[in-house]
Amino acid sequence: MSEATASHEGITGLVDDWSADKQAYHVPWGKAMMWIFLVSDTFIFSCFLVGYLNVRMTTTEPWPPQSEIFALSFGGDPIPLILIAIMTFILITSSGTMALAVNYGYRKDKVRTFWLICATAAFGASFVGMQAFEWTKLIVDEGVRPWGNPFGAPQFGSVFFMVTGFHGLHVSAGVIYLLWVAFRVKRGYYDNKGFEIVEIAGLYWHFVDLVWVFIFAFFYLL
Amino acid sequence: MAYVPLADRDHEMEMHHPKTWIGKWVFCQDHKVIAIQYGSIAIFTGLVGLILSLLFRMQLGFPEAADFIDPSFYYQAVTMHGMIMVIYLLTALFLGGFGNYLIPLMCGARDMVFPFMNMLSVWVFLVSVIILMASFFVTGGPTGGGWTLYPPQTTLAGTPGHDMGIVLMLISLAVFIVATTMGGLNYVVTVLQYRCRGLTMMRLPLSVWGIFVATILALFAFPALLVAAIMMLFDILLGTSFFMPALIESGAPLDHNGGSPILFQHLFWFFGHPEVYIVALPAFGLVSDVLSVHARKNIFGYRMMVWAIIAIGGLSFIVWAHHMYVSGMHPYFGFFFATTTLIIAVPTALKVYNWVLTLWEGDIRLNAPMYFAIGFIFTFIHGGLTGLFLGNVVIDLPLSDTYFVVAHFHMVMGVSPVLVVFAAIYHWYPKMSGRMYHEGMAKLHFWCTFLGTYAIYLPMHYLGFVGVPRRYYALGTTDFLPPSAQDLNTTITIAALFVGASQLLFLINIIWSLRNGPKADPNPWGAASLEWQTPDTPPVHGNWGESLPTVYRWAYDYSVPGAHEDFIPQNTPESEEPTVDEQHFDPDTDESMADV
Ligand code: HEM
Ligand SMILES: [Cu+2]
Repeated sequence: MSEATASHEGITGLVDDWSADKQAYHVPWGKAMMWIFLVSDTFIFSCFLVGYLNVRMTTTEPWPPQSEIFALSFGGDPIPLILIAIMTFILITSSGTMALAVNYGYRKDKVRTFWLICATAAFGASFVGMQAFEWTKLIVDEGVRPWGNPFGAPQFGSVFFMVTGFHGLHVSAGVIYLLWVAFRVKRGYYDNKGFEIVEIAGLYWHFVDLVWVFIFAFFYLL
Repeated sequence: MAYVPLADRDHEMEMHHPKTWIGKWVFCQDHKVIAIQYGSIAIFTGLVGLILSLLFRMQLGFPEAADFIDPSFYYQAVTMHGMIMVIYLLTALFLGGFGNYLIPLMCGARDMVFPFMNMLSVWVFLVSVIILMASFFVTGGPTGGGWTLYPPQTTLAGTPGHDMGIVLMLISLAVFIVATTMGGLNYVVTVLQYRCRGLTMMRLPLSVWGIFVATILALFAFPALLVAAIMMLFDILLGTSFFMPALIESGAPLDHNGGSPILFQHLFWFFGHPEVYIVALPAFGLVSDVLSVHARKNIFGYRMMVWAIIAIGGLSFIVWAHHMYVSGMHPYFGFFFATTTLIIAVPTALKVYNWVLTLWEGDIRLNAPMYFAIGFIFTFIHGGLTGLFLGNVVIDLPLSDTYFVVAHFHMVMGVSPVLVVFAAIYHWYPKMSGRMYHEGMAKLHFWCTFLGTYAIYLPMHYLGFVGVPRRYYALGTTDFLPPSAQDLNTTITIAALFVGASQLLFLINIIWSLRNGPKADPNPWGAASLEWQTPDTPPVHGNWGESLPTVYRWAYDYSVPGAHEDFIPQNTPESEEPTVDEQHFDPDTDESMADV
């Protein structure tokens, strides 16, 4: 550690932190890599959402009434957005179980960690299942297609399938990743290496949830 | 568990040395082999791009002799040439090639942090190149919409390659982005977390800084291209209308409406402008090191150089619409983007001054790499100045889409980075291969390339001024173009053929010297940075033998008064040699020294 980098505060201190000996911050490389990847992924989703807002402005036909299209009835009157509400709730719950898994991971409680990750993955899988259900309903019952729909602007279907599809792929990939981590936790693969991997997987999972909140807000509420 | 930095865990991390031939040379995880694989694929692809340019130059210079070139093929050749040169040659070569080779060595690391993903990166890159090349063999041929791929033109019948060609191009780009992301995450994290003891960020050679910041730009800019590619694929394959407004083709309305072609331009250039710096920043870094080593002087204004790289990187994200002045925009936006564009010129000019000042009173050794590095300063100033013209809205409007633009971007991102590529290959060749190249041939290669490219691009400025449009198959007869324009075109083509042919000097030199060159000294230039201090030349798997190096000083201790030699390697302790490392000046009390 060179002397000049140790003592400063304020801006100089910040610069020193970043230019410090050997590494910036005490972060394992896997975690640093995941963070940078997630920022890059944020750019992808931002571009998708900006693209969506843009075509929503340029399209010449009226935007379809989302709350009616996404309504679901359980025997009685259709309840607007009910399915999406459930999906969002499930995904946010899964973030909770994931956070617990990270916690137990650092305490080396392998059994609880394993089951909590599995629960997270199960929530994720059920989210994807509901999404498949929603897609089927839109495609089969309502006649929405990527290139057109009976309600108005064709871009509605295009953006919907593209953005939710891309997010759904993220969730599916996350489920596989989580299961893989879970089984390695159980097999004791990380006993010596440390359980940072659980936190890294968790970062990814929370990110996917966060993106969903934005998609939810931009797509279903706006 | 307390966190232990990677460099301190060296003893407990064992390296797996591959035994089989395939493990050593094909699916190899050693960053040096990967670098050479990346570089070779990129250079091979670049040769295809070069041959394409010579073909369409034939059409422009000697239309009668080249009647095997029809308008469609002309456009396809121009498009593929542009895309290949920018993405598959320069981006891949600088990040995948030099990034892979130099980052671990210059950081004193044994490899990248995640060698397996690094290996995947190069193979995915190969797949993207294969997909790109496949588009030459499908019905309709490769796309001919120009390397900017603007819709709706690219996707409409009438544009060559509107069916399969464009689809393969977009898929290839998407695959390329996956490859760069896998590699890029490795480069960034290796620089941040895998430096050896004592190697602070502010002691890194500028090559690492340039590649590091360029990689961050790549990670944040390529997403926009990926999204644009996905949307365009949807438009083509699923019939959506992201980029397609209502259109009439041959009298019949198309099945599209309500899309926004301008959205594509924004996405494309949000990627496209940072892309310019993804190519330029590594070139800046590499050339700084070459200049400093061969001038036997520390780089002038190291800190300023680092901050300039960072500033340029940041600014490059807010200038993109200067490529879209003719698309029409609110005057205030034009004003904004013109201003930001001109602001970028400030840190860029700083760098140029610093390069020149590095040469000032240096003990200059005119080795071949130095020729190319000094040549770069000329071409870069030249291209940079024309950039100032094009950055202003009112000047850009008449010049846009003329040969002036072609001349500008070739000087600044064609010739300049390519000169640096040659400088860097010659400079690091002794380390990579353990042999010396042929000096005379390299110098001849320099003069042919340097003078030849000037003969190509200088007249193009003039052609642009008189109004010769870019992307035209033939000039035809117009009132405003003097007949001499065609003569100039012929001259340019002759120069281009000459430059193309003279690249053989380079290929022959490096391939021949691989076996027949004289054995190289481990540190033939007397360079101070870490990659020249490896125990073996070329470095073996693991780079550093028994234990990792420790760094005591920055990478630019040249001609230090009182030292035994005119350079002090970075891993020489303070006790053995005097230090002038900037980090030993207290920036608070010694302002002038710390900044210079
Ligand atoms: C011997 C070397 C080269 C020659 C003779 C050459 C010549 C040309 C010419 C005449 C054009 C077409 C201009 C037009 O009609 O619009 C062109 C386009 C282009 N070149 Fe080069 N070039 C060379 C090397 C490079 C390199 C190294 C790069 C890398 C940055 C590059 C990037 C481009 C780009 C981006 C375009 C635009 C393509 C498009 O319009 O779609 N070129 N080149
Ligand atoms: Cu630009």
